[in-house]
Amino acid sequence: MSKFKQLNEAIIKGDMKLAVEQTQRALDEGSNAQDIIDNGLISAMDEVGERFSKGLLFVPQMLRAAKTMQECMKLVEPLLKEGDLTSKGKVLIGTVKGDLHDIGKNLVSMMMEGAGFTITDLGVDVSPEKFVQKALEVEPDIVAMSALLSTTMPAMPKTIEALQNAGIRNKVRVMIGGAPVTSKYAQEINADSYAADAGSAVIAAKKLLGIS
Amino acid sequence: MIIVAEKINTSRKSISEAVEKRDAGFIARAAKEQAEAGAHYIDVNAGSFLDKEAECLCWLVDTVQNAVDLPLCLDSPNPEALSRAIKQHRGEPMINSISLEAGRFQSLLPVITSRPCHVVALCMAATSMPRTVEERVQVGSELINKLAGEGIPLQRIYVDPLVQPVSVDTGMGLAILGAIQRIMNDFAGVNTICGLSNISFGLPERRLINRNFLTLCIAYGLSAAILDPTDKRLMASLLSVEMLLGRDEYCENFISAYQNGHTAD
Repeated sequence: MSKFKQLNEAIIKGDMKLAVEQTQRALDEGSNAQDIIDNGLISAMDEVGERFSKGLLFVPQMLRAAKTMQECMKLVEPLLKEGDLTSKGKVLIGTVKGDLHDIGKNLVSMMMEGAGFTITDLGVDVSPEKFVQKALEVEPDIVAMSALLSTTMPAMPKTIEALQNAGIRNKVRVMIGGAPVTSKYAQEINADSYAADAGSAVIAAKKLLGIS
Repeated sequence: MIIVAEKINTSRKSISEAVEKRDAGFIARAAKEQAEAGAHYIDVNAGSFLDKEAECLCWLVDTVQNAVDLPLCLDSPNPEALSRAIKQHRGEPMINSISLEAGRFQSLLPVITSRPCHVVALCMAATSMPRTVEERVQVGSELINKLAGEGIPLQRIYVDPLVQPVSVDTGMGLAILGAIQRIMNDFAGVNTICGLSNISFGLPERRLINRNFLTLCIAYGLSAAILDPTDKRLMASLLSVEMLLGRDEYCENFISAYQNGHTAD
């Protein structure tokens, strides 16, 4: 972490100009692209997520940090060979059927991406069939579902059931979240994890996949 | 300003426990406290009870109406819960809410036309959430026209412009305010209503933000609000802003709130 201290700080602050400069400098000095991603960018976003979960940092700051990281990635990514970028895991995410709310889901998506996961975002109003179809196609490690309405929450167990019927429930870990959702509900419907916000979603996802 | 008091909502732990135990005394106190603070409608929401929502909502209707002589705002997107609660209700309730979301309009229509009521029309489109002033006005207008077409007078329609957080888009505040202004101008007699707390999601000092947002909404023409009337600072803001906008003859409401100790912290 300390090797890219200035870059880390620039990402956390969301100072785009400085972060891009620091990334370019690290590349010019011969740093390895993967090393910059892991220890310059992702580690900074981990810190952002942690501070957000603790209430030390707020949504606009999180958005700004993520945007800054994306700009830096544009410099680094072309230097990696196809398939070289190591992913923490594949996440299939969406807001459940009948529910059009996407703000929370988008924040989770963004922070997961910042943490090094590969995201497939199905958007809003995603039916159990659509979750299953895409899960068969991308073979995700995690299926993440969001619901903001108590009336759309039952689509979560329905989706889990559809994964079961497709024979892939045991191949994925299921995470859920959204304002009316609780960890108790996650237990009731046999989801594997619940997360209250975007920062803790990253922590929960890593825990599910045994990543420290 | 029509005040819909928001505290009897089972997403709050104390209310949820009281409903679970059927503690009528606790609910009655929450209702009376809000009525005394100036509520015109008492909102009741039992959404967190999921498959037992209808039963719990009906119990809340009875319990609250036994405690206070006010109409209620029946707060649920669930047609079954609403159709049962509306039958239980004495007088004319407010129904919160109908929208253009697929299935929601058609399934709620029989409920809101089954007896006289006031209706909150939430600006959600069939398959998306509006972002700009233009999109909100378009959804709001369509809802107003459809409801009016079913014989519901404009005075009983409350358009909710859909409050979304300013933390994810700093243009959100102006998009909501602009929509309030346009809808109030385009449809004389219609009401606009909103809750406050969504605006401040993801930010610190939420009560401060909510209070200032209410002030702005009132200035742009908002005619009803879903809020906590026992929050004295919020109510003091509301009353002083109404007075400053010339909606409080002889400054009577503001002064009497002061004399009754409702403006002090």
